[in-house]
Amino acid sequence: MNQIIKFTIDDVECVATKGQYIIDAARENGIFIASLCNYPGVKPKGSCRVCSVKVNGRLMTACTTPVSQGMAIENHTDELNELRKKIIELFFVEGNHFCPSCEKGGTCELQALAYRFKIMSPRYPYFFPQREVDATNPKLIKDQNRCILCKRCIRAIHDEKGRTIFAYKRRSNRVEISIDPKLGRELTDEVALKAMDVCPVGALLIREKGFDTPIGERKYDKNPIGSDIEHLQIPYSKTKSNE
Amino acid sequence: MKSFTQKVIDKYNRDKTRLMDILISIQSEFGYISQESVSQIAHELHMSEVDVEQTISFYHFFSMKPTGKFSIYLNNSVVANMMGRKEVAETFEEEVGIKFGNITADGLIGLYDTACIGMNDQEPAAIINNHIFTKLTPFRAKEIIRDIKEGKKVQDMFTASFGDGANRDDLVKSVVSNNIRKIGPILDPQYKIGDAIKKIIKLTPEEVITEIKSSNIRGRGGAGFPTGLKWEFCRNASDGIKYLLCNADEGEPGTFKDRVILTELPRLLFEGMVIAGYAIGAVEGILYIRHEYKYLEEYLENILKVAREKNYLGIDIMGKKGFNFDIRIQFGAGAYVCGEESALIESAEGKRGEPRDRPPFPVEKGYLDQPTVVNNVETLCAAVKVMLHGGEWYRSFGTPESTGTKLLSVSGDCRFPGVYEVEWGFSVNSILDMVGAVPRNVQAVQVGGPSGSLIGSNDFDRILGYEDLATGGSLIIFDKTRDLLSDVVLNFTEFFIDESCGSCSTCRILPSILKNKLEKILDARGVKNDIAEMEEWGKILKASRCGLGQTAANPILTSIKNFRHLYEDKIQKTKDFDSGFDLWRAVKEGCEVTGRVPNI
Amino acid sequence: MSKPIVATTSLAGCFGCHMSFLDIDERILELMQLVEFDKSPINDIKKISRKCDIGLIEGGCCNSENVHVLKEFRENCKILISVGECAIMGGLPAMRNGIPLSECLEEAYQNGLTVKESNDARIFPNDPELPIILDKVYPCHEIVKIDYLLPGCPPRADLIWEALIAIITGNQIKMPYEVLKYD
Ligand SMILES: Cc1cc2nc3c(=O)[nH]c(=O)nc-3n(C[C@H](O)[C@H](O)[C@H](O)COP(=O)(O)O)c2cc1C
Ligand code: SF4
Ligand code: SF4
Ligand code: SF4
Repeated sequence: MNQIIKFTIDDVECVATKGQYIIDAARENGIFIASLCNYPGVKPKGSCRVCSVKVNGRLMTACTTPVSQGMAIENHTDELNELRKKIIELFFVEGNHFCPSCEKGGTCELQALAYRFKIMSPRYPYFFPQREVDATNPKLIKDQNRCILCKRCIRAIHDEKGRTIFAYKRRSNRVEISIDPKLGRELTDEVALKAMDVCPVGALLIREKGFDTPIGERKYDKNPIGSDIEHLQIPYSKTKSNE
Repeated sequence: MKSFTQKVIDKYNRDKTRLMDILISIQSEFGYISQESVSQIAHELHMSEVDVEQTISFYHFFSMKPTGKFSIYLNNSVVANMMGRKEVAETFEEEVGIKFGNITADGLIGLYDTACIGMNDQEPAAIINNHIFTKLTPFRAKEIIRDIKEGKKVQDMFTASFGDGANRDDLVKSVVSNNIRKIGPILDPQYKIGDAIKKIIKLTPEEVITEIKSSNIRGRGGAGFPTGLKWEFCRNASDGIKYLLCNADEGEPGTFKDRVILTELPRLLFEGMVIAGYAIGAVEGILYIRHEYKYLEEYLENILKVAREKNYLGIDIMGKKGFNFDIRIQFGAGAYVCGEESALIESAEGKRGEPRDRPPFPVEKGYLDQPTVVNNVETLCAAVKVMLHGGEWYRSFGTPESTGTKLLSVSGDCRFPGVYEVEWGFSVNSILDMVGAVPRNVQAVQVGGPSGSLIGSNDFDRILGYEDLATGGSLIIFDKTRDLLSDVVLNFTEFFIDESCGSCSTCRILPSILKNKLEKILDARGVKNDIAEMEEWGKILKASRCGLGQTAANPILTSIKNFRHLYEDKIQKTKDFDSGFDLWRAVKEGCEVTGRVPNI
Repeated sequence: MSKPIVATTSLAGCFGCHMSFLDIDERILELMQLVEFDKSPINDIKKISRKCDIGLIEGGCCNSENVHVLKEFRENCKILISVGECAIMGGLPAMRNGIPLSECLEEAYQNGLTVKESNDARIFPNDPELPIILDKVYPCHEIVKIDYLLPGCPPRADLIWEALIAIITGNQIKMPYEVLKYD
């Protein structure tokens, strides 16, 4: 039996099924919690830290923490929004993000969050690292310049035997994503497309695809990321959160 | 190579969770893990090649390129530098004819840097093919290279007599010294093996937990979680197989007390593991030891063998029907973060040592997703004494908040570096006295390693304990001649950068930004705002998943807090803004490539 | 009160941001009422001739001359604004930052497919008068202090307009979601 529990986000009363992660429960209550590495239906791994909320005064990632009865969650506070903004800015200096020439522009979740948080420019100096573009795979191009190491591809894509096709390589600030040379060769169009869709940024691209929607009509050109969640008509959500 | 690899894979039953052991065997045999071996392992274990490679490339002591018939890993941590590492490193480079990070053309010798190897009381130290060399000098470096070139085996290269105590054991034969300087209830050599086991099997597991709880002992690995409570959580966790993991990763720079226990009192530790295993209802214990201590492997395996023969381990232990428990040793492969309990579990499962998201905690879902207790070496040793003499007896040591004793690893500028067992509640001043450091010459003490804090004389009257200065036991002393910012803070910050598992944005990216700022200040280009920004940005790290990221800014933040004048002395007083941009530097490369003279 | 004086320049940029500026269309007449222009490609004044109130910078710094112009602007403008991605983060010219400078130069002047006809002798341009290329393309705020940043490639005309009006009138900038874009 699914047990229904009550909890609050910024004092707004919400309900959820026991065991749901905070971020999913919030979504169902019409509340958007910003995140980059979370993807519906894929096992969470709190790696981007953007969805950090406060529970009992402690920072927790909303994508990995289950809600519990009576939990009081802080989400849309100045302190947390400022923290998220600072975290989002980190990605822009870590990699090389030339949005004007990026196939993912307008549909990229990193960019969309930056718009939502009104980031004019990151506060940190740029690293301008030397990163490779890997074009050895017949279907996918991997551009390490844009990869935010969210692990979505690792977690979402497996072959029929459950083997991982994407993996981390190295550690620390030298981590990269690699595509298995053997299994990668047998990627179907369908899986390649899924990989591209799963990737929040323009780091995994299907060859010869991109720039097919004109500027002004792309996903996040007019409406901020998360606005679809906030526009859900949820009966028991009393107020709209997040801006 | 192919058949060796196959043999190893078969030895571990083609078990994916034993990937670490498979890789360690291959790396030790060949000095690297070839692409062919990777393919073979991937095929046999039903993994993808990138999956095998992601584990290999995580660990410092694994390599997919040859590391040399003799691979020399020279410690580059703060204390090694203080004790003369630079001259030793230069001598190695000169004698071998290559720079660190490289291998000779003939594949004979490789030179590598490595983080603290747990020998802070006898630096500079190096690991050569799993053997430890301590107190190196340029002279000794020359000898070593000469010996290698003459074709000697590593074990024949020792010229000094072996170290003290069990370091001389036939199965150890190491020049490492224990340097035990003060003993207390834990290090007390007067104890009879097996007495505690005989005692506890007459009690119920719950009674054991109650006794441990009554001692108020808290974890000695740094986090200080009440041990009895942890055991109880695990005991009460939903059924399933339970595991006990002992954390001997000891990666915090400046800590080496667990090494001394492993050398001198391994039987005490194993007894502690048996007790914990009994209390929580585990059937298997895993002792996870950092790779740097591989020289103790045979010695420890032999002690386990004897313990099995004596039925301290195995089936129906000491005649107690149904009490079955055994211990296996798992080595790491060079990663500080594997000391974090959930990363340690991942690593013991053969994976990258990436910490897990919590909840669930290991007591609910740990090794192989089963309820698991992870305890530090010292915690488990203390538990034996608690069971022998009672919780009340244990509470008579230390302070009400922090009961019992603590093993300190003391190093740096003092006359008697080594291991000291003291009661909690000792002040920093009295420790300085005890270890032969003159308080008036001491500039700073790093308490608790890089993740702890750098304190100055204003804090020397503070006491060690959970209520004041909590510490895993590392104390590094710096006298007034040391340049704290460039010799200590910068080095520790670089340590955190290298050791991050890289999976959280904050911990992967931010420490490098802070380091660049620190270097800007050291370069005399800093302005006031740079200090403020370091303080402000350092807080972002609190959003990281594990303690490594959460404390990665501590060297900078605690030194700003306690030694602000050092920063203020280095910044420019006449400017509010300086981006650090230097036009001369920026045109240098362009001029070189195009053969022009700067016209700026 | 005299009208605020505005100066503009393009460093390592493509003049796209200036074009976008002109895209404020008829509002340019209104702007002329509000401000006076000093150095700018719009009026072809080549050098800053007096202290200005607002400086608009397009483009980042890819050579020593860019740095000098930027510093001159900083010295002479009360408020300095980075306009567009290139000024803010180097933009497309900064795509070379991930490649060693020597490789870039060799590709451009020695090994590239188009080099043969234009540079038979395979020499790097070396007239002493020429500015010197920097090791990488620098965002303006990594050289001098920049007061405001207007992202976009180019920034939307509305964003430039709103920003200028806000600064001139001392009001808060109006920034609807649609105008803040990086492309
Ligand atoms: C980065 C990091 C490194 C750690 N290293 C060690 C270690 O080397 N040894 C250890 O016992 N605990 C270490 N810990 C603490 C462990 O996570 C854990 O708290 C401890 O092993 C629990 O044992 P205890 O309760 O007996 O202290 C580390 C924690 C972090 C975050
Ligand atoms: S991945 Fe996103 S943020 Fe990065 S360049 Fe592309 S659009 Fe911009
Ligand atoms: S390639 Fe894309 S999905 Fe994979 S880790 Fe990088 S950003 Fe995430
Ligand atoms: S804080 Fe650092 S070491 Fe810990 S999980 Fe995150 S990235 Fe890994």
